[in-house]
Amino acid sequence: MEKKSKLAILTNGIIKENPTLVLLLGTCPFLATSSSLINALGMGLSATAVLICSNVVISMLRKVIPDKVRIPCYIVVIAGFVTLVQFVLQAYAPGINKALGVFIPLIVVNCIILGRAEAFANKNTVFDSLLDGIGMGLGFTLALAAMGAIRELLGTGCLLGMTIIPNFSIGFFNLPPGGFFVFGVLIAIIQAATKGKALKAKSFSCGLCPMYNSCNTAEANEEVAAAAAVQKGAQA
Amino acid sequence: MVNLIVIFMAIVLVNNFVLSQFLGICSFLGVSNKMSSAVGMGGAVVFVMVIAEAVTWPVMQLLNKFDIGYLQTVVFILVIAALVQFVEMFMKKYLPALQKALGIFLPLITTNCAILGATINAISYGYSFAESMVYSFGAGVGYMVAMILFAGIREEKLYNTEGVPTPFKGVGIILVSASIMALSFMGFTGMFQ
Repeated sequence: MEKKSKLAILTNGIIKENPTLVLLLGTCPFLATSSSLINALGMGLSATAVLICSNVVISMLRKVIPDKVRIPCYIVVIAGFVTLVQFVLQAYAPGINKALGVFIPLIVVNCIILGRAEAFANKNTVFDSLLDGIGMGLGFTLALAAMGAIRELLGTGCLLGMTIIPNFSIGFFNLPPGGFFVFGVLIAIIQAATKGKALKAKSFSCGLCPMYNSCNTAEANEEVAAAAAVQKGAQA
Repeated sequence: MVNLIVIFMAIVLVNNFVLSQFLGICSFLGVSNKMSSAVGMGGAVVFVMVIAEAVTWPVMQLLNKFDIGYLQTVVFILVIAALVQFVEMFMKKYLPALQKALGIFLPLITTNCAILGATINAISYGYSFAESMVYSFGAGVGYMVAMILFAGIREEKLYNTEGVPTPFKGVGIILVSASIMALSFMGFTGMFQ
């Protein structure tokens, strides 16, 4: 692996490999908790805290954890930090904890966190993993906040509870279908702005999943091989 | 009995796991590109969800008895991970036909948030054992229904036709079609309380 500067590691997750808008990871919390800006920030910061802590600890333990049982080990570390975050939220932000509900414990199975553990933290030094965690976490939070702001503004005419556009609300944007719709439009805007270069994936498939390499399902492998062949053909 | 039917219908149609609660979106979008995979994945989710519920519900009673309910998240994910491994081994040995149909999707399921979400939800709603079994079965069926319908739409390859604006091609139009499907499911709102 080529040596990257510390700044490049930090900014990598914010723009170039933004976990949700470019890598299309963590879509469940991204859609579910973005109905208002405050929920989006709460979710983003909670996930960031877990991501930074788990990245650091997994990086510290990377020479100790046997390769065969690494995934269960990651899950235990992550679940521990999620429980801590849950305690902190219950104590200091009970409102947000209630609004986010089941999605706080579900940070455990957030594929961004597991994906960074597998792809970055178990191969890099503690300090680099810390920077990567901060960058990826901020990238997720910023994307979530942007989506939350759009949905809250169009859905209720408010931002953080303050009225911005009086007597304006399109309920659709606050509801689940609005989540899918705004996400689709955001992706399209990014594609248009970068002339289709930002997203590496042509479509949703199994190969996007960070667990893909450890999953090696026969059928999924076939699919990805076929997709890669099509892509090669298109380039040629 | 009526209570159980209401729980089942509400979770399949009104509060559909994928389309209104956003659980299991990764696999919903990732595996719905082929009908055969969608059916297999849906079946595997129903199967694991029911077994996971049957195991986690008594485990939660045990945790509550020792007053360590806050360990829920850690214990549930470990129980589910171990369970999936065990089910896989059991199926390989005794049910090879079922293993062939569902087996390849099993490793994916440990990190599927729909499973952990269903078990945590059933606890937080305070359901009895029978109610939580019906709830998790319904959640799995709802996931399967959404998945099969969406695979049907995606197999038509509507999203690659000429009419789609270039930036929307691929990922964008899939999300917009999911949005329209979620909108149609909102028609069930208020049917069951």
